[in-house]
Amino acid sequence: MKKDIILAGVGGQGILSIATIIGYAAIESGLNLKQAEVHGMSQRGGDVQSHLRISDKEINSDLIPQGGADVILSVEPMEALRYKPYLSSEGWFITNSTPFVNIPDYPDMEVIISEIDKFKNKVLLDGDKIAKELGSARSMNVVILGAASSFLDIPYEKLEEGIKFIFARKGEAVINANLNAMKAGREMAEKSK
Amino acid sequence: MKKLLLLGNEAVGQGVLDAGLSGAYGYPGTPSTEIIEYIQRNPEAEERGVHKTWSTNEKTAMESALGMSYVGKRTIVTMKHVGLNVAADAYMNSALTGANGGLIVAVADDPSMHSSQNEQDSRFYAKFALLPAFEPSNQQEAYDMCFSAYEISEKYKIPAMMRLTTRLSHSRAGVVKKEAIKENEMHLPEKRDQFMLLPAFARKKYQHLLAIQNDLNKESENSQYNVYTDGKDKSLGIIVCGLAYNYLMENIKDAPIKHPILKISQYPLPKKQIEKLVSECDKILVIEEGMPFVEEMLKGFLGKGINIKGRLDGTLPRAGELNPKLVRNALGLQELRSESIPEVVSGRPPALCTGCPHIDTYKMINAVTAKYGKGHVFSDIGCYTLGYMPPYNAINTCVDMGASITMAIGAADAGFFPSIATIGDSTFGHSGMTGLLDAVDCNANVVIVIMDNDTTAMTGMQDSQVNGKIEKICMGLGVEKEHIRIVVPLSRNHEENVKIFQEEIDYKGVSVVIPRRPCIHVYKKSMRK
Repeated sequence: MKKDIILAGVGGQGILSIATIIGYAAIESGLNLKQAEVHGMSQRGGDVQSHLRISDKEINSDLIPQGGADVILSVEPMEALRYKPYLSSEGWFITNSTPFVNIPDYPDMEVIISEIDKFKNKVLLDGDKIAKELGSARSMNVVILGAASSFLDIPYEKLEEGIKFIFARKGEAVINANLNAMKAGREMAEKSK
Repeated sequence: MKKLLLLGNEAVGQGVLDAGLSGAYGYPGTPSTEIIEYIQRNPEAEERGVHKTWSTNEKTAMESALGMSYVGKRTIVTMKHVGLNVAADAYMNSALTGANGGLIVAVADDPSMHSSQNEQDSRFYAKFALLPAFEPSNQQEAYDMCFSAYEISEKYKIPAMMRLTTRLSHSRAGVVKKEAIKENEMHLPEKRDQFMLLPAFARKKYQHLLAIQNDLNKESENSQYNVYTDGKDKSLGIIVCGLAYNYLMENIKDAPIKHPILKISQYPLPKKQIEKLVSECDKILVIEEGMPFVEEMLKGFLGKGINIKGRLDGTLPRAGELNPKLVRNALGLQELRSESIPEVVSGRPPALCTGCPHIDTYKMINAVTAKYGKGHVFSDIGCYTLGYMPPYNAINTCVDMGASITMAIGAADAGFFPSIATIGDSTFGHSGMTGLLDAVDCNANVVIVIMDNDTTAMTGMQDSQVNGKIEKICMGLGVEKEHIRIVVPLSRNHEENVKIFQEEIDYKGVSVVIPRRPCIHVYKKSMRK
């Protein structure tokens, strides 16, 4: 078993939380893991990515080779496209559809959607909308994690344990909001498959 | 045994704690910051009373660590690569004084300059100082090497460097802990002159340092971290250092490559293994993260004799960090199929956050400086360096910690007016105070803007040592009280702030203007509590 996952987004959108949940679930499932992340200047509203590698064998490189990723999991549509060179030909492209516009030359959404249409295996969902409807707008990242959850080869219960683990200090309400967010994302992805 | 999921930096933090650490010193700097942060939030470190507060700069940190080593305790000092320039005086001389308690100098290099002004390679410093260095290839080694580095440090009574690079510092993996070692009892150096570098003593110590180089080479030759793997195909031999080993293995684990491989993670370079590889193989490929340190040494000035491939002949790029693809190309393996980035994707550079106090400060500065023409504002290192970018276009320089103030002095000395510096509170504490003393001493016609956001923001909200002390420091250095002006950078204060700033520009002498408002992230955090 091997899953190489590129997590993408804009600094502050919560991809490191997703990485921590998946990482916790992978370790609890007895798998090996390497996860490279971005700290420092780029976190100030710039593009950020994390390379998350899970395997039942020894993992060498901390970075995923280009053309080797099994999943791109992105909380922002243009950022998802930035990592196209990493995706393998059979890989899954899973992204939030709501753009994060903090640059003057953000492209037309139509062009972005037409680029996304070119992927063979894809899930496009409005994580911001789903999270808002659930009454927890800040859980958008976990909605997207839910959408990707059936492509990770990790038991769903382990991801739930991951959520309980990382939000433990924030109390029951936050944990439940995130468990619901993950479930809603998963259901939405099942429908659109 | 259960594994801990740790960043490379955190593995070093846990490693030194388990290896008997009594005190950690450092100044925040990407990619090194998480070593101290990990120790700071570790309950056991708290319980043991391990020293773990940030220092004012890397030099004070290095010297404090040296003091802890002097009394026989194990200690670590952490910094980013350019921080070692600041600590270099202490580091170079610590090679002569040596250590008493184990002393690790952990330096995180940033090839490709993700968050840095240059990509200097700290291995050159270790060689320059004639000191041993460890370069872990993964998180487990980073942990284990803390034990080994302390052993070497105490066996030879010298500091040992731990050289990390961005991708290891900021990558997580499982780490298995070892049995923890107790902290050292306090004990003074056996010889009273050990830390005394009067010339007569220093000469003897230098002879001693030269004399132990052979022993350090033997340590490298016998190191568990330097591994020679023989292969049948001697048309090529591969030398691979630190983290680069992972990129090599990533590419050859399924490929039919049977070249001999020498993995190097402990320096000085192990002579015996290199001699064997070079004498048996037709060509040598050197794969190293950072500058061509090993490659240059093997190649020599004229490049005659050994056939060496690497960063110098274009087999690998001369600059920037490595990745699996670059190493694959260097091995001559077929490229993995991969598509290009769609043209529609725009760049998304980092920017000042919405609500950032620096934005209002730059608006104030721009409103005043516009009439004087371009190029009047010298700046420094921190979030506010992003003020160079549009729409602000407010600053013109970023060189090294503290250079804003001193460059403004030099320009003012040449008759340039107005000459303005912008510097953050933490950077002012790090290396701005001495420059301000220079300004006062020669009564330079400068305006120093100390942008006080209550934290070391860029590296992730570490305490700033000058917090609550800035006006007192300025007065203490001799700035006149009436020319230390505090403003609150908010749009509703804009007109008033512009007026104050103009007054200080018009004053002929040293002015300090302090725009004071917490970093928006500090503010949000305090609101949530």
